[in-house]
This record gives sequence, C-alpha cells and structure tokens, in this order.
Amino acid sequence: MRAQAGMKLLTHNLLSSHVRGVGPRGFPLRIQATEIRVSPVDFNPDFVTRMIPKMEWAALVEAAESLGHLSELPRQLEEGYEKDEDFLRKVHHVLLEVEVVEGTLQCPESGRVFPISRGIPNMLLSDEEAAS
Amino acid sequence: MEKMAPFLHSDTTYKIKIQTFNKTLTQEEKVKRIDALEFLPFEGKVNLKDPQHVFSVLEDYGLDPNHIPEKPLNIYFGRWIADGQRELIESYSVKKRHFIGNTSMDAGLSFIMANHGKVKENDIVFDPFVGTGGLLIPSAHFGAYVCGTDIDYNTIHGLGKASRKNQKWRGPDENIKANLRQYGLEKYYLDVLVADASKPSWRKGLFFDAIITDPPYGIRESTRKTGSQKEIPKGIEKCPESHIPVSFNYHLSDMFIDLLNFAAETLVLGGRLVYWLPVYTPEYMEEIIPRHPCLKLISNCEQRLSSHTARRLITMEKVKDFEDQDQYSHLLDNQFLPYKGLNSFREKYFSGVTKRIAKEEKPSQE
Repeated sequence: MRAQAGMKLLTHNLLSSHVRGVGPRGFPLRIQATEIRVSPVDFNPDFVTRMIPKMEWAALVEAAESLGHLSELPRQLEEGYEKDEDFLRKVHHVLLEVEVVEGTLQCPESGRVFPISRGIPNMLLSDEEAAS
Repeated sequence: MEKMAPFLHSDTTYKIKIQTFNKTLTQEEKVKRIDALEFLPFEGKVNLKDPQHVFSVLEDYGLDPNHIPEKPLNIYFGRWIADGQRELIESYSVKKRHFIGNTSMDAGLSFIMANHGKVKENDIVFDPFVGTGGLLIPSAHFGAYVCGTDIDYNTIHGLGKASRKNQKWRGPDENIKANLRQYGLEKYYLDVLVADASKPSWRKGLFFDAIITDPPYGIRESTRKTGSQKEIPKGIEKCPESHIPVSFNYHLSDMFIDLLNFAAETLVLGGRLVYWLPVYTPEYMEEIIPRHPCLKLISNCEQRLSSHTARRLITMEKVKDFEDQDQYSHLLDNQFLPYKGLNSFREKYFSGVTKRIAKEEKPSQE
C-alpha cells in the first residue's frame, strides 16, 4: 500500500519562496488546498515544546485558519505554554496532523505558484527565476 | 584495585561470563575458568538471573578459524557497561527494504552516519540529497524527526524504474514514507520535497540539529541543479511536473561549497553535518577537504571504493553563527582552492580504467 503523505504545517512554516528579488517577503507561502487529510500522529509533548520557539506563530495560525483547521489555537503565544498539555495537544494537531495532499503554495510577493502533488511540494525554479 | 572496590561490596550481586572469539568452549570448560577466578576479592553474592554487575572474561583466539591456538592470544577482563547495537545492521538491511535506489547506503554505514551526527530524540534531521530516504531511517530509529529534499521528481514520488534486479518498475509501496512505516517509524516522517539543494527554499532560521547526506558523485547518480530556460537543447531533462530544466552542470566543488554554506546557515549551534566526499586517491591530500569558517572538522574517515578512488566520511560541527560574508570565504581564502580538483573526479574515476587498458595493450615506449 502506498504510504499516503501530505505536506505538514510544520514544514510549511519553514518554507519560503526564493524567487529572485523577493527576499524575506517570500514568506509565508499562501496555501491553496484542493485535498486535505487529517492523519493521527503520536503525541510527543517534548518535540512540540522544542518546535514552538522555531515557529513563526502568526504564519502558523494563518495557515491553519486558511485550511479550516484553526482548532482553537490562540493567536498569541502565552507564557508558560510548556506546561499546558491541552495547548500542546492543539499545537501538535496543527503542526503534524493536518496535511495538504493536493494544492499549491503561492509566493506572496511574486505570485509564483509551487505545486503540491501527492503531498510533495515542488520548489524547483529555473536559473532565471531564482535568486542568485 | 580501587577501581574495582565499589563492585566488590558484600551487599552487591554479580555474575561472571566467559566469552571466546574463534573458539567454542564446553560448559565444563567455562565453569573451570570461572572457578579459577576464585582469587578475586568478590564479597557480594552471585546472582545468575539478575545481577547488578556483570563481569566478562574475553579470550581472543585470533582471526583464523583454520588454525585455532591451544591457548588464547589475549585475555581481557572487564565489567559490562553497555551493549552495541550491531543487530540493527541485520534488522534494517537494505535487502529487505521496500524502497531502494541505485546507490542506497548499506544499513551499517547509515547508522554510523547517524552516530556521527549525534542524533538524539526530538532532533530534526535533514537530508538535502534524500533519494530513497535510506539515511533518514537510522535517525528516525533514534527518535529524530526527519525530512529531506531531492531534485529528482521521480525518485521522491517513488515512480519510474526500479533498482532491484528482476523488477522493472517501482511498486505501489515504494516511497520514503513507506520505508519508515516498514520499521514502525512513520510518526517521525515530516516531509520530503522536490527541490534543488543549490537553491534552498527555507526561510531564515536555525532548524536542523543534523544534516546527514550522501551527495551524488557524478558516477552512478548525476550531479544536477536546475538550469536556464536557454539550455533547452535536446537531451536536457525537464522536471515532469513543472518542466523546469534540470541541467548537468553542477560542479562537484560548487556542490560542496553550497552544502557547507547551507549547513552553516541552517544548523543549530553545535549541530552536525555528516557527508561523503569522493576522492581520487593518487591526488588526495587533507587540504582538499572543504572548509568553512562556521564549521569545525571533527573527523575524516576513508572507505576505499577501488584501487584509485575512495570516499571519505566527513563530519563537521557548527561552532560559529553564520554571517553574510561567510558564504564568500571560499573566494577569499587560498586554502579553499585545492578542492577544485574534485571537479574532475568523474573523469579520473573512469580514466584509471582506460589508462590501465591502454597500458596492457601497448608496450611502453619510454
């Protein structure tokens, strides 16, 4: 059986467009999803706690919302989240369990579209398009 | 003797094992040896089932199974501290793996690479030349979350021609996530992407605890990067989905500069880069190992491939934060020039073969 996969929002939070000239304005990529999948993953509070400081929180909330899976995630990170298991479970769900199987990622600055097929984003740019 | 004192106490339990290499002993012979150790000042009680401390006598009878000496060449005595995990090599063998490529790394070496990367639970480990994902598996086994990229659309999607003998096309259970699922490690699979390692698409940040990879050497897998729309003469491969031309002009030395810069930018401080460097042995010198101001060379281990080629397992550790000017250090510093020699690795790899054939056919004129 082919192991199904979809792009996770944790990964999306780290991706940026590298089209020539966009620089930091290439983040975050706008998700247009035509097929989403929710797939349970074992909850690991230590991993989630480690990941939260690496995330751009506003972009994560925006992405989750655009997929209709905001799941009561607060718009601001609150202090002491490391000990709040409920909160960590919500973050776990959004980071690892919501997957984009088919769709596109769009550079917010240049409009360039990167396809996602079978859960795998294609970030290839030609020489002319890419930053030097 | 002082070192042994804590383990000789009357309120401890212990057991002694006899182990031999290249010889088999009967139970009787083993018991005789244990009895001969009576002079040791153990005051604790013997517990064969669940002792606190296990001591081993190791008798070395050499390496030749056809000439086993009467007496051991060496005898070692010590206290058990930990087991190695050599059984992993068999349980993760590539022979049984669902999805392989032409150059999948054997299980033992891939575990050694994860060890060099000091991979631990809850790390994020990345492979920029992920291929069929073989190098992700040991990291996932150690509890790290894994991701990768590859420029080859078909390999990442698990499509196209199979690498196994007797099999024409890849089957439906052949993709990277399926490999992790085969070992019960699915939960550690983050994502893989089709991407060009020379044009990374990550936002600025320190995301990876380790980068563990086996870049293409240009022999059995080609060294590639995305090319220009102008380069579309016949024979230039295009990515199936986006039709981006994928050129074959990625010089090996540029690939390693890009890899080191990438590692310096995206590794956490203290994070490790572990990769294979192909080497033409007659011209090898330590100076050709690629350097970077942010990365410290930890180790450099050779594996012979043929009479004139080898690959070296290079381990580097990030010791300094990345600043913009660091990516140009290879242009400013003379010490970075020697590894330009790597670019002709492919020609030299094959030239050794053609030179030898020519030598055999013609008598020397000199």
